[in-house]
Amino acid sequence: MEPPQSKEKNEFFYFALRNNKLVIGLIVVFFFLVFAIIGPFLTEHDLNERAGPRNQPPSAEYWFGTTTFGQDVFTQFVYGLRAAFIVGLVGGGLATIVGMMVGFFAGYHGGMVDELLNMLTNTVITIPKLAVLLVIAAYLTVRGVIHESIVIGLWSWPWAARAVRSQTFSLKSRNFIDMARMTGMSSMKIIWTEIAPNMMSYLFMTFVLQFGGAVLAAATLDFIGLGPTEGISLGLMMQHSFNWSAIQLGIWWWFVPPGAALALLVGAMYLMNVGLDEVFNPKLRER
Amino acid sequence: MKRYFSRKVFIYILTFFLAVTIDWLVPRFMPGNPVQNMLSRASIQSDAAEVMRGYYTKAFGLDVPLWQQYLNFWQAIFHGDLGVSVYMFPEKVTNVIFRAVPYDLALLVPSVLLSWIAGNKFGAFAARSRWLDNTILPITYLLRATPYMWLAILMAWSLGIVWGIFPISGAYSFSMQPSFSFAFLVSFLRHWFLPFASLFIVQFGGWAIGMRNMIIYELEEDYSHYLESLGAPRSLVRKYAFRNAMLPQITGLALRLGQVVAGALATEIVFSYPGIGYLLLQAINNQDYFLIQGCFLFIVIGVLLANFIIDVVYVIVDPRTRQGMEGT
Amino acid sequence: MALKTDDLRVYYQTLKGDVKALDGASFTLEDGEIMGLAGESGCGKSTLAKSLILLKPPMKYVEGRVRLDGEELPIWDDEKMNSFRYKNVSIIPQYAMNAMNPTRKIGKMVKELLKSRGISPGEKRDELEHRLDLVDLTRDVLSMYPIELSGGMKQRMVMVISSLLDPSLLMADEITSALDVSTQKAVSEMLVEFRDKDFIKSLIFITHDISILYQIADSITVMYAGKLVERAPTEEITGRPLHPYTKLLISSLPKIGAKYTEEKLEGIPGKPPELLEPPEGCRFKNRCPKKEEECDEEPPFREVSPGHKVACWKVKKDVS
Ligand SMILES: Nc1ncnc2c1ncn2[C@@H]1O[C@H](COP(=O)(O)OP(=O)(O)OP(=O)(O)O)[C@@H](O)[C@H]1O
Ligand code: SF4
Ligand SMILES: [Mg+2]
Repeated sequence: MEPPQSKEKNEFFYFALRNNKLVIGLIVVFFFLVFAIIGPFLTEHDLNERAGPRNQPPSAEYWFGTTTFGQDVFTQFVYGLRAAFIVGLVGGGLATIVGMMVGFFAGYHGGMVDELLNMLTNTVITIPKLAVLLVIAAYLTVRGVIHESIVIGLWSWPWAARAVRSQTFSLKSRNFIDMARMTGMSSMKIIWTEIAPNMMSYLFMTFVLQFGGAVLAAATLDFIGLGPTEGISLGLMMQHSFNWSAIQLGIWWWFVPPGAALALLVGAMYLMNVGLDEVFNPKLRER
Repeated sequence: MKRYFSRKVFIYILTFFLAVTIDWLVPRFMPGNPVQNMLSRASIQSDAAEVMRGYYTKAFGLDVPLWQQYLNFWQAIFHGDLGVSVYMFPEKVTNVIFRAVPYDLALLVPSVLLSWIAGNKFGAFAARSRWLDNTILPITYLLRATPYMWLAILMAWSLGIVWGIFPISGAYSFSMQPSFSFAFLVSFLRHWFLPFASLFIVQFGGWAIGMRNMIIYELEEDYSHYLESLGAPRSLVRKYAFRNAMLPQITGLALRLGQVVAGALATEIVFSYPGIGYLLLQAINNQDYFLIQGCFLFIVIGVLLANFIIDVVYVIVDPRTRQGMEGT
Repeated sequence: MALKTDDLRVYYQTLKGDVKALDGASFTLEDGEIMGLAGESGCGKSTLAKSLILLKPPMKYVEGRVRLDGEELPIWDDEKMNSFRYKNVSIIPQYAMNAMNPTRKIGKMVKELLKSRGISPGEKRDELEHRLDLVDLTRDVLSMYPIELSGGMKQRMVMVISSLLDPSLLMADEITSALDVSTQKAVSEMLVEFRDKDFIKSLIFITHDISILYQIADSITVMYAGKLVERAPTEEITGRPLHPYTKLLISSLPKIGAKYTEEKLEGIPGKPPELLEPPEGCRFKNRCPKKEEECDEEPPFREVSPGHKVACWKVKKDVS
């Protein structure tokens, strides 16, 4: 017998709130999210405007200092953070959705369909994502954050597909799917009413990982010089600081915040993922 | 086993086919005329420009039907002809790349292998140890999430500029010519250390986390409990768990290779280390499409080769694949 | 007597509280006795077996004493317990199908296991091969990986491994449930043979299939919701079951091979109680057809005739 749904949810929150990894991860992500949302309202400067003197270290007036061009680093940082969330949500979301569909169909149908989709998945997974993004980005003369996210999402799904596929396989071997099949429900309906709900937790974990992966991929792309041609991102901040010799000049406030934010944000995502794993899988809980 | 390999090889061929197709497709279906873009950005004298325009229009072969272009492209690849670089005109792309590859290998091979070994050992050690789990492991989560270039920048700034211990640019001192002298070797190693170390550290974090999680799964497997029930000492239980947890980590190595290569590209850029990453940056800045295409193909081929080696190793280590069963 | 447990209590620690999966078990097992242990799924059979050999978190020792061959078994102390494991107490776990390391050849695994226990594998070589013969396994299995064996073969292999050091007490946890009927019988009889040949002194045989116990067990113990409810020699309990739960179990009994958890207990309305917060008094009361007021107090597990113990107020009345 399956326990009633409501009880299951309570149990989830019960364990979730007691899992340090999950709680800390959530707090960090939430902190950055709030920062990204309200940050732009805390600054009176524009992204690229000359806000003050050049190369100023952090001060009461310029919280994160200024760049070689006198731009306010804090302003760039909060907008860059926004861009990171956009890439994570769109890129990670897209990858999860595409991966989910491919994985579901492969795992659910098995046989030939599975063989073919699996082959496609393995093929795409073997080609380094960044290399493909490079080629594509190199030929796009106008690039925005959304373009970048979509390209990243469309090339990141195999990870999600693999995860979802194996999960579908294991769920499929349970009885209730047979029952659904006997009652003559269509395969789409079975997927949505029987398999999907059971996999929500798993999908969410996949999404969390994809979010982190997309953010990092975008940062690397931006740093190589194939990022958005307009606007700002954390990767672009690093690229600019690097290009204008911030390392040699010791303008650390230009390159430390964007990288630190990326590491903390994505690290918190990974931490959440492990925390969720422990919540859903009692065997892994701390002893 | 035969089935296992033939499957894998088939996937690799398919992958290569797909990669070449992408390489061919992208310049043709992107907005704008690649030849025009390329020449407008390249800063070269006008007489050379004419030569180049003639060459590239022909090289892209845009005047023949698409299917013909595609076949020609394949033919050129089988002849090892990846075109001529704009940025280093008139050098062949293959030559430019071959010169860079040794530097990539010098960074990638040791950093991948050493971080894999050290990270796995550490992760296994840290698993189920309460204080390590609460002190050092959180740091490894951060490491795994750290953008490669950021750590590289931090190290270049702190160890290179602030403390001045290591040089931060190039593969050896500008005043030197490559040779087998001791002085050159020292210079080479000093230039090599920071890029290597930054790559090593980020990867180390990833493997440590992976192993920690994997070994906790294994320690909760039935075979571990059985051994414990029969009074086997901790060392034996751990040994089995470690060995079995290694297997997915080997597969993981193959899967993560792409990410590592990307990291290496970015790291090379930070340290102006003359590998493919640095080359790529120049190619992008100069809109050198042939060089970009060539780098792409080389990266894919490199990753495919590495994957193949990993597959062979996997078959040697996991008895289940050798017994005619399907590997994971 | 081989084994004597006294008021043994072992709970599972969960964040929600303790799951009282084994709540005060007292029984004795004679030398050479085969005791069948039966009861619905989740009633604590495996918990009893595990607590006698490997009691580790989330399991928690609460109280109780265990003596084996006159010596105290320090089940609460993982380190001290280790010298008894395998040599004195051993188990064929419920998960026997997955009990062997998938990436080691079976022979090698056995060798490493023996060595780690300070026993020279060479010395045991002949005995090992002899026992493989007894359970109809060829010696080749030693150079195979577990994945190459069928379910029944794996089961028999684990049987041989677990009993190799001639433990005084062997616990076989549902070794038949994954097998087909004819194999079930063969495997059970092999265990009887192990006892007859003195490889093991006594055996606790946990099963879902009471009909197998008719054939091999000397005595049967029935558990319900973490408690022992009845214990008697096999003929006695099958011929004259006293506890209402046992009665229902036995009366609804099968043609050979039927498993009561799957079909029969549907005949007993209701579900076993939650072990996180079990009800006061008799744990069977919410399903018991004979429930009365006094059942709100816990019935003692007492002897009603020689060798026959029952935990039910009603039975005491019947007898007195
Ligand atoms: N790791 C655990 N954590 C919490 N509760 C557990 C755990 N393992 C078992 N339990 C609970 O302890 C009770 C007894 O479990 P046990 O495995 O001993 O049952 P069993 O009689 O062997 O059942 P089965 O016939 O299905 O094997 C069950 O109610 C179960 O829910
Ligand atoms: S004690 Fe009462 S409730 Fe329990 S079995 Fe006996 S009669 Fe039934
Ligand atoms: Mg059990």
